[in-house]
Amino acid sequence: MSDMETESTSAKFSRTAVSMPAILALFLLLAAGIYGALIKAPEEATMGLIQRIFYFHVSSAWSGLIAFILVFVGSVAYLRTRALKWDWFSVASAEVGVAFFSVVLVTGPIWAKPVWGIWWTWDARLTSSFLLWVLFVSYLILRTLVDEPERRAVVAAVFGIFAALDIPLVYFSIWWFRTQHPQPVVGDGGSLDPRMGRVLLLCWVATLGLMTLLIRVRYRLEALRAEVDALRMDASARSQRTPESVR
Amino acid sequence: MNLGRATAVILGKELRTEFRSRELLGTTLVFVLIVLVLFSFTFNPTASESRRFGPGLLWLAFLFAGSLMLQPSFLREQTNDTLAALRLAPIDPFSILAGKMAANFLFLLLVELILLPVFAVLYNIAIIPVLAPLILVLALGTIGLATTGTVFSAVAAHARLRELLLPLLLLPVLAPVLIASTEATAGILRDPSDLSVVWLTFLASFDVIFLTAAWLVGEYLLEE
Repeated sequence: MSDMETESTSAKFSRTAVSMPAILALFLLLAAGIYGALIKAPEEATMGLIQRIFYFHVSSAWSGLIAFILVFVGSVAYLRTRALKWDWFSVASAEVGVAFFSVVLVTGPIWAKPVWGIWWTWDARLTSSFLLWVLFVSYLILRTLVDEPERRAVVAAVFGIFAALDIPLVYFSIWWFRTQHPQPVVGDGGSLDPRMGRVLLLCWVATLGLMTLLIRVRYRLEALRAEVDALRMDASARSQRTPESVR
Repeated sequence: MNLGRATAVILGKELRTEFRSRELLGTTLVFVLIVLVLFSFTFNPTASESRRFGPGLLWLAFLFAGSLMLQPSFLREQTNDTLAALRLAPIDPFSILAGKMAANFLFLLLVELILLPVFAVLYNIAIIPVLAPLILVLALGTIGLATTGTVFSAVAAHARLRELLLPLLLLPVLAPVLIASTEATAGILRDPSDLSVVWLTFLASFDVIFLTAAWLVGEYLLEE
């Protein structure tokens, strides 16, 4: 990589870095979401306060699922274009998706203990969320075990595609197998109070914003890492050449 | 050379390699036997319990066996870099993957068919009257196992800790297969026997989806 290129990519990175107004807007959105979830939304009749965890629990699950779908998009795009930026996009999305699903898997039991009386049950949604989380943790582990960047990008893309294709299969198989989770309260036949629905929507928009921001930051980190690796290889190649040219 | 013919040639090569030594088949057979014996310690296998837990144990044992047995599929090619030679051949790259999938499918099915009567005897389950539907479920489940397993064997071939990595990649992806084939097998072994069309369709869909995916990504996977 020539010096010119290095400079231009660095300049590009600083331009695409997350801007202050965006962070501020997201902060306000999250604050509004928290206010809505904890104070504004009406209290649920039977579950009481603990039900308020639902707003961020559900919106994290939806955002995490979108992040996993983005892994699929990034993986397919990488195999088609061979541009490493799509690989960076995939790993960023996978990591953010795993983070969101960790939130889901932690907030779920916190809610379940007082309401169901147990931390965990092998119900359809719980089991499939757990399995999705494991699938993409495997994806991240696979990436750490392959060193060569191009090779890593290809095998990760293949596994990313297979894992994403597995999502509906996991969901349906476990769904038919068993279910105990509260039935969906959003959409047709739902019993969700419209005020609660608005707060849920607000929280979802906030977590989606957070997801976008995190993916961007993580993408930039991956791009900078690739640049550092390239520079390092360049430097070591030069230092090996120098003695000969001196002679 | 067309895809079918090339696949058949690769399949022939895989079968010849294996049947010269038979080490993979022999080792896997004993491995599954050990697992089946160990399972019997985790609960008291009386007849009614066997019928409840048996199908799950059987499929779990097959899945473990597959995640270990499919390892050498691409690793074997690395010793003398024979994969490079295969890639040089003027054939569709997918036929290399397809040939290996077919070979792995046959190896796994053979192991399963040998172990099925052993399982029936050890866990006191009557399989003779329901042999045909049972073999259908075995075949459908094993296609899914061989397809994803062969692809992931290629994925893991270049990674560190690959012996540990393959089960890590394979088992969560195969969870739907485990559920579907366990449920289908349990239905068949129930009294009265009942072949679940839903689960059979599900298994077939799994096979079609991942075969198609493997066909689409195969060429990327095999390049150096």
